[in-house]
Amino acid sequence: MTVNILMPALSPTMTEGKLAKWHVKEGEAVASGDVLAEIETDKATMEVEAVDEGTLGKILIAEGTDNVAVNTPIAVLLEEGEDAAAISAAPAAPPPAAPAPATAPAAAATPAPTKGNGAAPAPAAAPAAPMAAPAGGNRGDGGRIFASPLARRMAKQAGLELAALTGSGPHGRIVKSDIEAALASGAPVRAAPTPSAAAPAPAALQVPAGPGAKDMADMLGMAYTQEPLSKMRQTIARRLTEAKQTVPHFYLTIDCRIDELLRVRKELNGRFEPLKISVNDFVIRASALALKQVPAANASWDESGILLYEHADVSVAVATPAGLITPVIRAAETKGLAAISGEMKDLATRAREGKLKPEEYQGGSFSVSNLGMYGIADFAAIVNPPQGCILAVGAGEQRPVIEKGAVAVATVMSCTLSVDHRVVDGAVGAEFLAAFKKLIEYPAAMLL
Amino acid sequence: MAETSFDLIVIGGGPGGYVTAIRAAQLGGQVALIEREHLGGICLNWGCIPTKALLRTSEIYHYLTHAGDYGLSVKEPGFDLEKVVKRSRKVAGRLNGGVKHLLKKNKVTVFDGHARLDGTRGAARKVHVAKDGKAVADLTAANVILATGARARELPGLEADGTLVWTYKEAMVPKAMPKSLLVIGSGAIGIEFASFYRTLGAEVTVVEVLPRVLPVEDEEISAFAHKAFEAQGMTLLTGATVKALKKDKDSVTATIEKDGKTSALTVERVISAVGIVGNVEELGLEGTGVEVEKTHVVTDLWMATGEPNVYAIGDLTGPPWLAHKASHEGVICVEKLAGLNSVHPLDVRRIPGCTYCHPQVASIGLTEAKAREGGRKVKVGRFPFAGNGKAIALGDDQGLVKTIFDEKTGELLGAHMVGAEVTELIQGYAVAMQLETTETDLMHTVFPHPTLSEMMHESVLDAYGRVIHF
Repeated sequence: MTVNILMPALSPTMTEGKLAKWHVKEGEAVASGDVLAEIETDKATMEVEAVDEGTLGKILIAEGTDNVAVNTPIAVLLEEGEDAAAISAAPAAPPPAAPAPATAPAAAATPAPTKGNGAAPAPAAAPAAPMAAPAGGNRGDGGRIFASPLARRMAKQAGLELAALTGSGPHGRIVKSDIEAALASGAPVRAAPTPSAAAPAPAALQVPAGPGAKDMADMLGMAYTQEPLSKMRQTIARRLTEAKQTVPHFYLTIDCRIDELLRVRKELNGRFEPLKISVNDFVIRASALALKQVPAANASWDESGILLYEHADVSVAVATPAGLITPVIRAAETKGLAAISGEMKDLATRAREGKLKPEEYQGGSFSVSNLGMYGIADFAAIVNPPQGCILAVGAGEQRPVIEKGAVAVATVMSCTLSVDHRVVDGAVGAEFLAAFKKLIEYPAAMLL
Repeated sequence: MAETSFDLIVIGGGPGGYVTAIRAAQLGGQVALIEREHLGGICLNWGCIPTKALLRTSEIYHYLTHAGDYGLSVKEPGFDLEKVVKRSRKVAGRLNGGVKHLLKKNKVTVFDGHARLDGTRGAARKVHVAKDGKAVADLTAANVILATGARARELPGLEADGTLVWTYKEAMVPKAMPKSLLVIGSGAIGIEFASFYRTLGAEVTVVEVLPRVLPVEDEEISAFAHKAFEAQGMTLLTGATVKALKKDKDSVTATIEKDGKTSALTVERVISAVGIVGNVEELGLEGTGVEVEKTHVVTDLWMATGEPNVYAIGDLTGPPWLAHKASHEGVICVEKLAGLNSVHPLDVRRIPGCTYCHPQVASIGLTEAKAREGGRKVKVGRFPFAGNGKAIALGDDQGLVKTIFDEKTGELLGAHMVGAEVTELIQGYAVAMQLETTETDLMHTVFPHPTLSEMMHESVLDAYGRVIHF
């Protein structure tokens, strides 16, 4: 019997991935445990290991193939004594009813940063519809939006963005009734609707409200090179667009004096070599402890009710060559600075190599993003859905402060909390920041 | 006596019922269909299909009598009425057998008998089937769909007797060609018979109570057809009513009132085509939540009646009373029951209607008058058959294609056609409407030359002042 090697699901929510690289050629022997191929998902690159031994008879999916559905046969393994002729008899066709796409279209359409979370921040008006195309399939990624000509014209006349609408027609096609429903519900309208559709403008002038960068650049003859969109880049684009469009953000900024923190850090790192605790490690621990003190900030919005998390699972933004990823320090409130520091170094290293496992970057309850090392004084981050808050940490820098009526110099670090107002109100956010500031300014309190 | 349980019971085997049953079976349901008379219903056995067979005969006869126009010589064209009727019945018989086969192929269990809904509500609905007063089966199912159709309406004093005063049923199987004929009602049924009998030589008078013939059609189309019928020698009395029918041995004298004046008309036969009534009787609806209004069952968008798990489709429900509307409603109903997400309620504005008189009439959507209601601004396009090469070559250069667009959005609101083969053309506009095309898409669509369909293109162009061939 030949054995079909199937596209594996590398996480519970994975429905498809890119077959990035084959490590074995057709005709090569394979032992159990050998790395056969690399699969690139939206966040990470994973290795597929052989379960059986034999000879790789035929590669069915070439390397570099995008959007390979889970459970699709990707290669055929020949067992001992078989030759390639057996392949033609092998059931190389996709197995009936590939389970993932058929049963979980909603999961496919919804970015799944947390494992098993019910807090998908997708618009409530988009129910899971087996027949409807996943929303991600034709919007936001530059692909075609399916809409009837009448719907297109009505949207244009009303100044509606088609990309923001959910189609109720066949395969998610946007039809007249969807436009009427959107208008009735007061959907956002662009500032300058096209005045008249009866007299269409010459083609060259028909730039849509949000002209594609490529169309614009081509039109104006700008020189550029174009890079293909990686899975990771697409995910970042989709999730952050969604966050900015669907999460009502507000921002709270607080200044923390960190002279004492820097002193403690220097002392610790000096006494316990090779320990190298970073300011960010303090920020992670302080965030986790502050979340325990103000549990209402450790929360997510869900249509069914607000989720209050038991642990402070802190997602830490790490810049990698491929893009942003947020590995998680789990139950950070239970971990000391040394443990956090060690874990963070390991996660960051593997993140840069694209080797994080999905469970290592999914399922945080709160995020920290630190651009202090670049000298950024203060910035506001975009909430990382479905989390309720993200803390943006600026550089610690010497600034004049007023102390007892006189100007003094202190090392100050500005931190800005971006908050999902549906779940966390201003007072709660402020309470959290106050608790955080106390911990940062008197790091000994982290011992408590 | 068998007792059997199903997922769905469909009562009535007409174009609504049998299509519904097959679709439900395709969706994996165990389906029973109960029919008391003949599969295919009125449409197939006594309506759409056999009349089309008759009208084909009259059409060919028309060409034979005009053979000279085509350079042909035919000596004394004639017909054998018995053979004409026989052919029509054979066509119906063949399709009736076809429906039986289709139901069997789709594993629909067919019961021959009269169905009656059991009023008890519970986990499953019960339906009793009886034949000639004897119980045949007691069936249960989660859902029941009523598709019992309709029959000819009878006006007091003008009741059909089957010999001198006919309904569609007798009109379809004449034993002799009447010399003179009065048709009461100028809807699709009345006009088709008027056209058939007139073409084969009868003196035909049509009485219509409303101010124009084919009253549901666009006014311009009605007027065009009116002229064409009169040119064929038909007498059309609009805004007129038949007050009384006095029967003699082999003739009927009708008292007709028009413009306040009364006149008498003696004819050999009368066809009463004054509408339909729903078959709501003896279905066990009394005491249930099924609401009946003017002989038709009231339903919601998804064909649900007021009674849980009981649905109704087709002529039994509201207008338009068309076979394809019944079929489509049934499909929507069972797809909704099956939980398909792609299903949408039927938009009655997208149901085309066809009348197979000579010249043919076909339409979809709003008439111009309806489109202008409420002050909506519209663009109207017209193209005459006289400007179409194919129509002239066919020798059928009389006709009109009219299109109506919303001025603001370019939505195709309605299309109305009269002339040769328009019943085969209208689907093009139906597809356009379903896909929500605007005038732009229709203008960009390539219509083949030379065809009658080019007129559909030209009419759209005309609405925007861009017509080419006229």
